[in-house]
Amino acid sequence: MTPLVEMRDIALSFGGVKAIDHVSLDLYPGEVVGLLGHNGAGKSTLVKCLSGAYRMDSGQILIDGQPVTITNPRDARAQNIETIYQTLALADNLDAASNLFLGRELVTAAGFVDDDRMEAETRRIMARLNPNFHKFNVPVSALSGGQRQSVAIARAVYFNARILIMDEPTAALGPHETRMVGELIAELKRQNLGIFLISHDIHDVMDLCDRVSVMKNGKLVGTERVTDVTEDDILGMIILGKKP
Amino acid sequence: MTDTATGGTTRKSLTGTLQLDTRLLGMIGAFVAICLVFHLMTGQRFLTPRNIFTLTIQTASVAIMATGMVFVIVTRHIDLSVGSLLAVCSAVMALVQVWVMPQLLGLGIGHPATAPLAIVAGLVVGTAVGAFNGWLIGYLTIPSFIVTLGGLLVWRNVAWYLTSGQTLGPLDPNFQLFGGINGTIGVTASWVVGALAVAVSLWFMATARQKKAGHGFAVKPLWAEGVMMAIVAGLILGFVAILNAYQVPVARLERIFAARGETLPEGYTEGYGLPISVLVLIAIAVAMTVVARRTRFGRYVFATGGNPEAAALSGINTKLLTVKIFALMGALCALSAVVASARAANHANDIGTLDELRVIAAAVIGGTALSGGVGTIYGAILGALIMQSLQSGMAMVGVESPFQNIVVGSVLVLAVFIDILYRKRSGALK
Ligand SMILES: Nc1ncnc2c1ncn2[C@@H]1O[C@H](COP(=O)(O)OP(=O)(O)O)[C@@H](O)[C@H]1O
Ligand SMILES: [Mg+2]
Repeated sequence: MTPLVEMRDIALSFGGVKAIDHVSLDLYPGEVVGLLGHNGAGKSTLVKCLSGAYRMDSGQILIDGQPVTITNPRDARAQNIETIYQTLALADNLDAASNLFLGRELVTAAGFVDDDRMEAETRRIMARLNPNFHKFNVPVSALSGGQRQSVAIARAVYFNARILIMDEPTAALGPHETRMVGELIAELKRQNLGIFLISHDIHDVMDLCDRVSVMKNGKLVGTERVTDVTEDDILGMIILGKKP
Repeated sequence: MTDTATGGTTRKSLTGTLQLDTRLLGMIGAFVAICLVFHLMTGQRFLTPRNIFTLTIQTASVAIMATGMVFVIVTRHIDLSVGSLLAVCSAVMALVQVWVMPQLLGLGIGHPATAPLAIVAGLVVGTAVGAFNGWLIGYLTIPSFIVTLGGLLVWRNVAWYLTSGQTLGPLDPNFQLFGGINGTIGVTASWVVGALAVAVSLWFMATARQKKAGHGFAVKPLWAEGVMMAIVAGLILGFVAILNAYQVPVARLERIFAARGETLPEGYTEGYGLPISVLVLIAIAVAMTVVARRTRFGRYVFATGGNPEAAALSGINTKLLTVKIFALMGALCALSAVVASARAANHANDIGTLDELRVIAAAVIGGTALSGGVGTIYGAILGALIMQSLQSGMAMVGVESPFQNIVVGSVLVLAVFIDILYRKRSGALK
């Protein structure tokens, strides 16, 4: 089977800092790959190369076995890559619907943005993802951390992604909502999406992922099937930067 | 994700039911208060058709540019060069009218193509200079403050150089129609315009309501919709009635009739009606509001202002967006130059001097936040009107010029302070 995504030998430096030091990763359809590592290990930077937020210095990205150039977020969206950023990347002054459709607004026949239709669609998807969400007509700055996170999740899920990048998607969520995100990930996996999941919680990662990759100081320590290792093994990789 | 149900449980306030912007109400309240105070202090000369007519004409130029400044400030930029850019556009348009058309092309004075060509030339120059500013800011990442501070000096003196510092005039008679009192559409046409405006506004309100209801969203109660419609219709028609009530002086009418070879009939009167410059402002206000709220471009302006990084991550080309915003600002400077120079009937060197400050102040008093992401077109226009009312009112009361500027400057600072308090209370600012 060809992988959905192959990232080969990716490198990226900021000034003198090697944020990504020749890392290779792959992802298969219907698979969840966890990315673990200390703060500053390079997890966010790595997935940002795939989402078009950063341009890698060297390396290659293949989708369905075909080399692709991703130089900006539009390129990534065109490849059906959707991202939930760690910072959420929401325009605080706009409402949920405007954020959900930002950059791909629904328009009327005359070419004007169709706020009513976008709100209706947003209500539809939120009813599925977060039935307690009712604040459709206020700027997202007026929402709680969890509500904002659910807007970011809805945006990533709405547009029929094939590849989903989730950078700490549960950081602002309580236990109940975290469980809901877990169920969502399982459902998307059944729909054959490939998911990169960055998380701090080793326990969650072991539960939700098929494989885990551990990074340290911009380098890939290793990638393991979760069935082959224990949480302690992974912890060892994170701390020591060595395979068990 | 657990939020208590909003609405329904508490009785809504009247402004809530009418879905009125409380900040807008505050501004209108301040404006009305200013007008009433001056009305009393001037022996009831402030709120007369004549003075209101003059106020709207005086406001037009700054208000036109203020609508563009909203987009500039919303995206966390500033444009200090608008007054100078206005001068360049005015100089170019004046050159077309007094030199290119009559002399260079030998078409004489008052050729029908002169005014349109002059305006096109002004628009091209304004848009090009604005786009150039936007390119320096967006692509070369030079701060807008610096680019336009430089532009303030550069363009003011380019205008001076173009005209060798001379006053150019008189401008084309057709062109002068954009200046205010010399170009009004008369009473009947004003009523027609007013009636059309009412019809279109009510139609838009009705279809918007229908569309919302069609999606099953909550709409305001029918009576509230009716009240809003009555207010809108009343404001539009009231405005037309006031401007129509300003009568053309008898001496002037006599001259008009004499020019036609007729004599003025006994007891004949005529109102000025809506000035073309004010119609231009209204058209721009409507167009800019539609752009801000109903187009992708407008959505991206506000998104970029709210969170530039998020906008970029959503695939918005924020560099190109910056170019477009400043190009639009430049085009509005050109239109403003049409109104300002037509009103003066000539191009003078100092045209638009200090306008950058008035325009920025109008946008800011109108609720545009320098921190980005927040601002409205109607707010900026109301801001321009408040500033002009203060200035004119003080002049009528006999306040000396330095004191006028002291007051206007203080009001700007006070308005922003009140705005900050308001936003803190309403939770928009933390
Ligand atoms: N835009 C940037 N400019 C400079 N350095 C950056 C930038 N983004 C990330 N870095 C650096 O790259 C390294 C990896 O950061 P990041 O990918 O955010 O780590 P993680 O997500 O694993 O916590 C860090 O040293 C960080 O400081
Ligand atoms: Mg990170």
